[in-house]
Amino acid sequence: MVTLVEFINLRSHSVTPKTPILKILLKIILVICWFFTLNIASADQQIIRMGITPATARNQYVLLEAWRAYMQKKLERPVELILRDSFHDHIDMMRQGKMDFAWFSSPAYLENRQYLRLVVMPIYQGKLFDQAYLIVPSTDTKTQSLLHLKNKIFAYVEPDSNTGYLDSIFQLRLAGIDPNQFFSKSFFTHDHLKVISAVTSGLSDGGAVSGFAWETLALSHPEITGQTRIVAKSKGYGFPPIVCRKTLTQRDFLLIQHVLRGMPDDAEGKTLLKQLNLDGFALTDEKRYHDVEILMRRAGAL
Amino acid sequence: MKYLLNLSYRYKIPLWGSFLILVSALAVSASFIINAYNQLENDLAVESEKLGYAIKSNLYTTMLQDDVWRTFEIITEASHRAGSNRVRVESMLVVDRNQRVVVSTQPKEMPMMSELTTLNPEFAEVALRILQMQGEQASTVYLRHLKHYYTLIPVTRDNANLGTLIIVHSKDVFLPLFADSAWDGLWVGLLILAILLPFNWYWGQRMAFPLVQITERMGQLGKSWPDDLDPNLYEYRDELGLLFEAYNQLIVDLKTKEALETRMVQADRLAALGQLAAGIAHEINNPLSGMLMAIDTLKCHADTSPLTDKTIALIERGLNQIRETVAALLVEGKLKSRNLIPHDIEDVLTLIAPMGSRKTLHLSWHNSLSGEVELPATFIRQIMINLLMNAVKAASQQGDVSCDVGINNKHLHISITNNGKMLNPEQISHLFEPFATFSESGHGLGLWVTYQIVNQLGGTISVKREADEHMNFTVEIPLGA
Repeated sequence: MVTLVEFINLRSHSVTPKTPILKILLKIILVICWFFTLNIASADQQIIRMGITPATARNQYVLLEAWRAYMQKKLERPVELILRDSFHDHIDMMRQGKMDFAWFSSPAYLENRQYLRLVVMPIYQGKLFDQAYLIVPSTDTKTQSLLHLKNKIFAYVEPDSNTGYLDSIFQLRLAGIDPNQFFSKSFFTHDHLKVISAVTSGLSDGGAVSGFAWETLALSHPEITGQTRIVAKSKGYGFPPIVCRKTLTQRDFLLIQHVLRGMPDDAEGKTLLKQLNLDGFALTDEKRYHDVEILMRRAGAL
Repeated sequence: MKYLLNLSYRYKIPLWGSFLILVSALAVSASFIINAYNQLENDLAVESEKLGYAIKSNLYTTMLQDDVWRTFEIITEASHRAGSNRVRVESMLVVDRNQRVVVSTQPKEMPMMSELTTLNPEFAEVALRILQMQGEQASTVYLRHLKHYYTLIPVTRDNANLGTLIIVHSKDVFLPLFADSAWDGLWVGLLILAILLPFNWYWGQRMAFPLVQITERMGQLGKSWPDDLDPNLYEYRDELGLLFEAYNQLIVDLKTKEALETRMVQADRLAALGQLAAGIAHEINNPLSGMLMAIDTLKCHADTSPLTDKTIALIERGLNQIRETVAALLVEGKLKSRNLIPHDIEDVLTLIAPMGSRKTLHLSWHNSLSGEVELPATFIRQIMINLLMNAVKAASQQGDVSCDVGINNKHLHISITNNGKMLNPEQISHLFEPFATFSESGHGLGLWVTYQIVNQLGGTISVKREADEHMNFTVEIPLGA
């Protein structure tokens, strides 16, 4: 966006006024232009688009809408919520400037970091990491590890989810097993909670899911998570971050970061965080995702 | 069975009618129910196929992309959505071209990648049907011995087949739906019964009642005369109406015949009595004439004492009384007499009128004779006087007596009617016998004489009770007798 000062400087370099009348005229035109520029600039800054990717908990639309309303109030700007099924849609929208900030999965961020900028990182149970849970139906009492599920049916979340896919692939590779041959059938549900549904319905014999998603569901629907058994928990990986497009203005970046970090400081924000099962948001940097990067390399995703 | 057949028509007609109505209502209800059953079967098949066709296209896409979860979501949502409709889906499954389960709504029972034929025997039959299917046409497998029925929809696009969607419906769900329809059918049947049964019962009774009435009366015939039938009982001209008419005619004929027989017996009796009386009269008259002549001779020639005179006079009066009585018995109807003229009738009125006025009777008189009638005037006058004197005696105080005389069909017709004391049928049957008196005065020979005269003139005399407490005597005498 060209500011008024820049515009005036530009004009002063390119045009040399000949007479005072022309100067006056030029000044009047400049003032009118300044008004227009101001209006265009404010219109351009009107809407902030907030995205929630499939790899993060996003099935609670009412909660997400409340969060959007909160952000709108705090940012004093209209905030639009964007939910797309395909993860790639989110990346494309970020690159095209049609989305301003979003809650991304860690691998998705790492894969596309040239277009993205870390804003904050959620704090979950006082920590900054999430774990992958290997779950099986509660009726299955024999399975003790992923390796016991040979020739079974397995449900993943997304190819871009470290907890819902990459960790399991990594575990198999670590055991010298080709993940494409190990299960009789595997499939993606594109949602952590749907992996839990696949396991409870009996559609799959096991599934990989985010520990955060499982625990959050256990708070509201223990009868559903009660139908699953956690076989293994992975090490901690950097929690899926809130990122923004790199082209976002510093002002907006700081504003969003400020609002998100300030959520625990007011009652409404606190309530939302409680519903999201988060403690708050912390400043972060890329180092926090080093483990995820290693995982991705070992799993063959990078 | 025989007991049923022996029942009165009063019960038999309504019972048979009810039985037939019941059978008809059952037949109607049964056809309604069978129709409802077939319709329901058809509806379920159509609705199930519609459901299958609605998701077929999406299934094709997800199967093509091997998107197991989305395929699962599509069939799960569809089976839940169908739960609110009449078609309740028990389960749905999608099989590939090799009849292996791609995904099912009940993965625990029908796990992914299992062979369809190994799931259960019913699916083995379904698998055979799938092999027989061609093109994109859906098919419904409805076999009596199966516990479910199956709708099979090929998952195809542009003739490219990826597999088959199988929608499983339980017949347990089908039955309550059918019960609802059957219940409707039953209600229709009951409604028909509720309308027709009372109507049939009324109509049956209405038909049987006249028959029962006739039967009861026919049974009475021979013992006593049955009561008259109510003419309003049955007014129509069908066979039953004709039967009524025939019955009434029969009763009339029988009564006429009996009356005729009674009259003949009476006439025979009276004729025999007449002959007897005439014979006795002749036998008495001969010695009586001798005795009277002897008394005449004795009165002329014998010198008798006053006591003897008195005794002779007593004997003479007695003998004369005997002669009068005998003469009265011995009616001689063949005496020469002049012909009857209208004036003779008026004479009779003149003679009777004083008697009538003593009782202040209302005497109605109608004489339609216009000239001389070829009948002996003496006897006709005697007949009229006898009958009118009886009528006047029998009439009540201030009562009425009527007399009608005329010529009808070459017969002299005399009809005399009076009110007052009524004669019963028993009295009527002995009325014309000698000494059959029903009044305190009179010797009982008046009607006997009248009967004899009429009889000798070749006529008839009849008595009947009329309405309003009136007795009527009618005399018919052929002219020229």
